[in-house]
Amino acid sequence: MRIEQHPIITFNKGRKVQFTFDGKVYEGYEGEPIAAALHDAGIRVLGHTHKLGRPRGFYCAIGNCSSCLMVVNGKPNVRVCVEKLKEGMAVETQIGRGDIK
Amino acid sequence: MIHTEIAIVGGGPAGLCAAIKAAESGAKVIVLDRNSQLGGQLIKQTHMFFGSQKQYASHRGIDIANILISKLEDYKDKITVMLDATVIGLYEDRVLTVDQGGKYIKIKPDTLIIATGASEKFQAFPNNDLPGIYGAGAVQTLMNVYGVAPGESVFMVGAGNIGLIVSYQLMQAGIKVKGVICRGPKFGGYAVHASKLRRLGVPVMPSHKVVYAHGKDKLERITLIKLDENKKEIPGTEFDIEVDVLCIATGLTPLAELLWQMGCEMKYISELSGHVPLRDKNLMTSLDGIYVAGDVAGIEEASSAMVEGSLAGLCAAKAAGHIHPDFEALVADCHKQLYDLRSGPEGEAIRKGLSKAELKEVGL
Ligand SMILES: Cc1cc2nc3c(=O)[nH]c(=O)nc-3n(C[C@H](O)[C@H](O)[C@H](O)COP(=O)(O)OP(=O)(O)OC[C@H]3O[C@@H](n4cnc5c(N)ncnc54)[C@H](O)[C@@H]3O)c2cc1C
Ligand code: FES
Repeated sequence: MRIEQHPIITFNKGRKVQFTFDGKVYEGYEGEPIAAALHDAGIRVLGHTHKLGRPRGFYCAIGNCSSCLMVVNGKPNVRVCVEKLKEGMAVETQIGRGDIK
Repeated sequence: MIHTEIAIVGGGPAGLCAAIKAAESGAKVIVLDRNSQLGGQLIKQTHMFFGSQKQYASHRGIDIANILISKLEDYKDKITVMLDATVIGLYEDRVLTVDQGGKYIKIKPDTLIIATGASEKFQAFPNNDLPGIYGAGAVQTLMNVYGVAPGESVFMVGAGNIGLIVSYQLMQAGIKVKGVICRGPKFGGYAVHASKLRRLGVPVMPSHKVVYAHGKDKLERITLIKLDENKKEIPGTEFDIEVDVLCIATGLTPLAELLWQMGCEMKYISELSGHVPLRDKNLMTSLDGIYVAGDVAGIEEASSAMVEGSLAGLCAAKAAGHIHPDFEALVADCHKQLYDLRSGPEGEAIRKGLSKAELKEVGL
C-alpha cells in the first residue's frame, strides 16, 4: 500500500515499471528497492529458510541482516531490501540456500 | 589500487562532517557509503531535532542532511563521493576493499575515519522471525524514503525516542498504531513525544513485553504480558492484540565489524550500547591513523555524531599532513561542544561509558 498523502514528505518516485514475482506481473517504481515494490503489492514472505522452511520477510531494510534474500533474474541470495527495481526483473521466492545455475 | 589521503567509511552526519573539515584542512578525501544517497539515518528523520543551534537543532533530519551535502559540494575538488559502495574488508596493511555494484575496488588511504553508524537490536520471543516483524529503521525507511506503508496496523516495542518518534511518524503517514510498550516502569523517550501520541489516542504502556507472536506465514497477532517494577512477568496478565506489523525499537548497537577486522582494541561498554573501540580524546583508535566518529563509537545522537565527525576530520587531516589554519581553536571548540552536549543528568550514562572507553596514552 502506497502512502498517497503526507504532511511533510513528497516522494520522488521513478518511472512505473513492470516486473514479475514468481511468474506473476506486478508494477513498481524504477530505482526503489525490490522489497518496497513487493511490500506495496502485499507480499510479505520473500523466502523460506533452508532447514525448517520458516517464512522470511525483511527485517533491517538497509542491507545488514540478510533476512530478505531472494532469487533475482536467476541469481540467488540477492538482498532485495537494497537491490533496485528495474523494468522486466524476474523476482522469485527463495527456498533454502539457493542454487547457482 | 586507488590512493587517497583520507578515506571515510560512512556518509551519515559523522562522516559528512568529517569530510567537510578534512577538505577544509586541505586533504584529499574519499567518502564511501553503501547507500545510494548520503545522509545516513538523517534521510529518514522528518521530525525537528533537539540540541543546540550549532548542531542545527529545530531543523528536520532530512534538511540537516541536505545542508551538509551542499557544504560538501563546496569542496568538489577535494572530496570524491562513492555511493552504492560497501566496504567489505579492511586489512592490517590498511587496504580497504570495496564492492561497488559488483565491481571490486581497492583503496589505500594514509589515514582512515570509520563512521559506519549502528545496527538495530533484536528481541527474543517465540516466532520473532515472522514476516511483519520489522526493525524501526526498516519501517522508517519504507515509509519515509519510499512511501510504502509497512502494514495496516502497527504495534511498537520500545518507548525510547526512536519508538515514540517512529510511532508518531506512522500516524502522520495515516497508519494506525495500536500501542507502544516498554519493559521498565517509565518510558525512556522525551515526555513531549509520548504526550503527542497519547493525544492521538495511542496507548503508551510501560511495564509490558511481548511473549509470543502468532501467524501462519506472517504476523497476525501478538501476546503481551504485564511486568512488575522489577520487570518480572505477572502471571495471568497475558492479553492478545491483532496487528500485522510489530516494530522493534529497542535500541541500536555500534556497527563495528570493520574495526574488529582491523584489530582495533575493542571493549564492551553497556552505556555505549555494545562493543566499541577504545579511543583517545581526538578519536584515534588503538591503531595509529585510524579514527572513529558517531554511533560506531557509542550510540548517541546526530548532534554529537556531527561534532565527533568534525573533530576526527580535523585530526585525521593533521595526521595526513594538512593542518587546518584554525586547528587549535576548532579542536577546542569541538571538545567544548561535546562537553556541553554530554552535560547534565541526561548525559550521565554517556559520560560514564566514555570514561571506560578512553585509550590510555601510550608513551611515545
Ligand atoms: C527515529 C530516530 C530519531 C532520531 N532522532 C534524533 C534527534 O532528534 N536528534 C539527534 O541528535 N539524533 C537523533 N537520532 C540519532 C541520529 O540519527 C544518529 O545518532 C546519527 O545518524 C548517527 O550518525 P552516524 O553518522 O554515526 O551514523 P549513520 O547516520 O547511521 O550513518 C552511517 C552510514 O554508514 C554507512 N555504512 C555503514 N557500513 C558501511 C560499509 N561497510 N560500507 C559503506 N558504508 C557503510 C551507512 O550506509 C550509513 O549511511 C535519531 C535516530 C533515529 C533512528
Ligand atoms: S532486510 Fe536486512 S538485509 Fe535486507
